[in-house]
Order: sequence, then structure tokens, then C-alpha cells
Amino acid sequence: MAKQLIDTYVAELPPTVQKAVHQSTAATTEKRYQLLGDDYADSDGLRKLAGAIRQHTLEYLDTYLAQAEESLTARGAKVHYAVTAEDACQAVTGILQAAGITKVVKSKSMVTEEIHLNDYLANQGIESIESDLGEYIVQIDGDHPSHIVRPIIHKTRGDIARSFEREGLGDYNDDPETITRRARKFMRGKYLEAGAGITGANFVTADTGRLVLVTNEGNSRFCLAPAKVHIALVGIEKVVPSDADLSLLLNLLGRSATGQQLTVYTEFINGPRRADRPSGPEQMHVIFVDNRRTEVLASDCKEILRCIRCGACLNVCPVYRQASGHAYRSVYPGPVGAVLSPLLAGDKFKELADLPKASSLCGACNEVCPVDIPIPDLLLRLRNRAHQEHVPSPGTPPMAGFALLGSHPLIWRSAMTFGAAKDYLPLDRLPVPYLGAWLKTRTLPKWRGGKFRSWMKSRHGRNGGGGK
Amino acid sequence: MINLATRPKGKRVQLMATCLCDAFYDDVARATVEVLEHAGCEVDFPEGQTCCGQPAFNCGQWPAARKVMRHTASVFAGDAPIIVPSGSCAAMMFHGSTLEFEGEKDRAAIAQVGARTWELGDYLVNGLGIKEWPGEFRAKIAFHRACHTRGTPSGAAVLQLLQSIQGLEIVPFGEEEQCCGFGGTFSVSFPNVSTAMGDLKLEHLRAVHPDYIVSGDMSCLMHLGGLAEREGQPLKTLHFVQILRDALHQHHGQATH
Repeated sequence: MAKQLIDTYVAELPPTVQKAVHQSTAATTEKRYQLLGDDYADSDGLRKLAGAIRQHTLEYLDTYLAQAEESLTARGAKVHYAVTAEDACQAVTGILQAAGITKVVKSKSMVTEEIHLNDYLANQGIESIESDLGEYIVQIDGDHPSHIVRPIIHKTRGDIARSFEREGLGDYNDDPETITRRARKFMRGKYLEAGAGITGANFVTADTGRLVLVTNEGNSRFCLAPAKVHIALVGIEKVVPSDADLSLLLNLLGRSATGQQLTVYTEFINGPRRADRPSGPEQMHVIFVDNRRTEVLASDCKEILRCIRCGACLNVCPVYRQASGHAYRSVYPGPVGAVLSPLLAGDKFKELADLPKASSLCGACNEVCPVDIPIPDLLLRLRNRAHQEHVPSPGTPPMAGFALLGSHPLIWRSAMTFGAAKDYLPLDRLPVPYLGAWLKTRTLPKWRGGKFRSWMKSRHGRNGGGGK
Repeated sequence: MINLATRPKGKRVQLMATCLCDAFYDDVARATVEVLEHAGCEVDFPEGQTCCGQPAFNCGQWPAARKVMRHTASVFAGDAPIIVPSGSCAAMMFHGSTLEFEGEKDRAAIAQVGARTWELGDYLVNGLGIKEWPGEFRAKIAFHRACHTRGTPSGAAVLQLLQSIQGLEIVPFGEEEQCCGFGGTFSVSFPNVSTAMGDLKLEHLRAVHPDYIVSGDMSCLMHLGGLAEREGQPLKTLHFVQILRDALHQHHGQATH
């Protein structure tokens, strides 16, 4: 029988990776829970409020995006729109070539992962170095991030020490402080050489055109300090109506992502260098990236665009904990990825239509989401869509027989009675794939079909109460 | 989701026994009747009932799921509260149904049935206003809050009742908020993930040495109990309503467990 890809991936994943992922995600989940509980009397109410703000922004995105463009332009930034990933990469290259820049440094940004910017720039002969430590390690290893906040959650200290040795950054040493010092020394040189700093954005406010970046390493600030050009790639859904909304969203973001009240650095970028702002890059470009977001906005799963990329749903998800990020075969893993990745895949939806199936629908993702995205509902809608589009789903029983039984009480009751036959059959030897998958690791209870109904009837006779 | 605050609270109730109790766990359904009757309810059991249709719904096979739900809605006609000894089936009635009937002509009629549905513990505490449960049950239990009661008053309600029973000790365990790994058809389409999740849950549960693993959903217990038995280290499981029923009997000096 064909197998679900994620289930097979889990069976083959080394226990060391599973352990690393589980320890880190479980600890962060616990920290998040403690901190929100300690700091707020009604953190659940705050989540719902933040969800309403984000949903409102999406409902009026046309208005807020235009307003953000106006505010950014008034501050001296140049605004670009990119419909596709290719458009976005071309816009970046165009800006760099016009300024004669061949070396750039990047801070962490999921949208640049999504459009595969580094590969594109390398093909254009432009050196692009990731400055976030985790992303840098991913880059030198030719790997992919396996978590949206902790890109190297799947690696051990030893893995990293070997990579550094290979890259000529010193002899094998797996002491985290040594690794960090070495990366820092290397990176400082790169910051000074780079002509441009490329960042994402956590938020862009429509009313004032402020671009907000949060990091713990301060690397985005380093990227921008010596650079002549700042290019920010921003998903169109990252706009929020007003500066006032940032207090709630930033408070929830740090706590949800890493269990911090606030990240170490929170930058509010107010445009390029001007007479009244004598430092910073001379040019600031903001590229708003669509890359199928407007399709998502028009779908019945648009709530997923509320996401502020905190990763709390990955951390709490029992499937992500078993599978880790690469199992999801896409830039966005875990519960948010299981919804977003197939949607962003466009006409390749079918290739990722198994992701929404990889969930017990336990709802833990929704319970921790700082913007209250009903992820299980969205997973279900995508399962329905996959079924409508006739995407094969390995291991999923066809339900026509169940529907027949479930809508015909007489047949149902007979099945309940005859089901007792199962206790006399060699079940583990029957060629029924779904049953086999259950029985391999679990027993089934003894059949008691119809017993309750007879009991109820006998009481009915005795007491004169009950059924009709 | 349907507004849970406006559900009817009358004492003439309809019992939705669930397909799992119909097939495997008749004692849970019996205990539900006895507990409801102890609470002063008159329990009607519509015999045409089958299932809430959740297996098909979770597979994304919504036309099949709607067929079953339409039947269920027709069986549970009237205006009485519908009581379900399962958080999962209850959530299917008051939430899942609204999703699968999006864009369907009879959505409002289906929603009306969902808007009368209560998970058993929720109904006892928040429907009938019972604050404590009489009787005695001498055991140490670990309570697994079934996932489909997240965001509903059920988990707190059941704990409140259990905590009031004399002799009952409820022990906390690690990563309580985590799913047991059942997930309906997920358990057979993702058997490795499902089993690994269940094993982790069992590890946490065994670490606190409970006499019983208790939940409000037999599906979780079927999965956990089945795993433990297959591993050769069986665990005793109980639905909370069996404890409520047995506590009453202890109260009257006769044990059934």
C-alpha cells in the first residue's frame, strides 16, 4: 500500500534529530505558556484581539497597502510591487546593478527563502551572505531552514563545528560561544564589504510607513549600518493599519516565538538617510511581494495570511515534533506550512496536498496562535479541496460505505450485530490495509455492538421511559 | 463556531451514544444514562442514530460526511438538549457541521441541531449547574483532556466534578496539552506518527503510575489502551462517566468496578 510521505519520513528520521527538535520545541512552548500567563490576566483575549486586527487588515488590504505605499514614499523610500517570485528577484537585481553593487548581506527573512533569492543572486554573480547565525550555517551547508524562527533546530553542535572546520573558520570546536565568536569575526568583515543590506520586515505600518524588524542578534542593524542601499522584501500581508497596533503585536510576537517579553533588538526604520536623519543607507527600497498571496486572499483559507511568523504552532505541534521541518518539503513547515505551502504552490497544489493530512487535528496550533488562526479548520478545507480535485491520499479509507451505513439505521444496526464476527477472525491476517495499520501497533477492544441498544430496550420495558 | 452559551438546558434530553460506544463501549453509554438520570434527567435514545460522520469529514470526504450528518440531524429532531459522552463528537456537531455545510442550503437547519448539543461533562456542570459529585471512588487517576474540547468549557467542567469525588486523586503528568495521536483516520494513514505520539503520551502517563487513565473520549482511550496492550503492558482506562456512576454506587455501598 502507498504510504504518506511525512509518515515515511518520520520512520526514517534519526532519533538524534527527533530528540533535538522535541527538546527545543517543548522548552519554548513551556516558556511561552509561563510568560503569557505571568504577564497577562487574559492572554487568550489578547490573542483574539490581535487576530481581529490582522483579519481586519486583510479585509481592507487594498486600502492599507496603498496607504503604506504613500507613507513609505513620503519618507523617501521607493516602493516596488512584485507579482511573482521571479519579479521580486529581478527587482532586487535591478536595484543592485543600478547601484553597481556585487556584494550584499542579508538578515533573516522567510519571504526571501520563499522566492529563493540567494540562488538567484548567485546566478547573477552577486555574493549574498546570510548574517543570522542559524541562516548562515544553513547557507554554508547548502541546507534549508527546518523551522521559521530556528532554522537549524535539526542540527547539533557537532554538526556546526564540522561545518565551520570545513569552511576554514578554525579547528573543530563545538563550544557554542566559540562558534558564535568565529561567525561574528567573519561576519564583521562581510558587513563592511557589502554595498547593500537585504532584510525582510516583521511589520509595515500603513499610517506612518514605519518598517519594523525584530532580531536577537542585532544582525539586521549591522546589515544596514555600513550599507549604501537597503532593500526590504515584504509580503503584502505584513502591513498593519497603525503604529498603535504594534504594541499588541510585538508583545505577542516575542512571547510566542521565543518566550521573550521583547526580542533583543526591535528596529523601527523610518526611511533612508535624509537631512534630519543623518545616518543609515542612502537608498531604501521596499519590494511588496505577492507570490500568490492575492490568490490565498480570495480563497476560503485567507485567515492564514494573519500569520506573523512566530513559529509557536510548530513548537507545540506533536506532528512537527516527530517529523521536524524538512518533512514538509517546503519553505514553511509545521501547521502554518501545512496550510500555506499548498496554497502558495499554485498549480502544484496537488504535490503538497498531503501536508494538510499530516495532522491529528488536535487544535494545539490554534490554541497557541497569537493571531488566533483557525488552523485545523483550514486544514480540513484543504483536505476537502484535495478530495474534490481527486488527489490520491494514501492510507485514507474511502468513505462511501461508511456514508451508506451512517445514513441507513437498519443496515447500521445489522452491522453492529454482525461486527461481533471480528472477535472470531484472524484480523491481523486479513488483507484489509487500514485495519493492518491499526493492528500493527494497537489491539482492538472486544466487539460489543448492539449491547447498549438491547440494555436500553430492556429498561424501556421495565421503566416505561427512554427511546422512541 | 456556534454560540455555546445559548444552548437549551432542559432536563428531558436526547442521548447521542456515539458509534464507538455503540460498537465497543456499551458500559460507557449505560453509565451516561445512569448519571443523567441521577441528575434528574429523562433520557430519550433515538434508535435511528448512527454516527456524527466525523471520519468522512476529517478525510475531506465532505459529501459523504454531509450524508451522515443530514441523517443524524433528522434523527435528533425536536428542541431538547442533545448530550454526547464525547468531546470529539460534540465538537463535530456544533463546529464541524458548520464547516462542512458551508454553502449548503440546509446549513441553518443543521446548525440548529448543533446549537442543542452538549458534551456530557459540560452539560452536567454548565447546563444543569451541578458543582460537585457525591460518592466515593478510591483511586489515583491521570486525566487526559481530549483535544476536541480545547476552547470549550468541558475540560474544566469534568475536572471540577472529578475533584469533588471523595477518595479520588488526580495526578498531573508531563506535556498534558499534547495529543494522544489518535486523530481518527490519521491513526491508520499516518501510523508511524500516530504511534510515536501515543508512545510519548504513555511514557508521561506511566511515569506517574496512575490506577486509571481517564478521559472524556473513548477514541483516545481506545488508541492509548490498544498501544499499551500491544506492548504487553496493559493500562486500565475509564471514561469519566464510569467514575461518576461508580462513585454513586460506592455511595450506596455497591461497587460495579
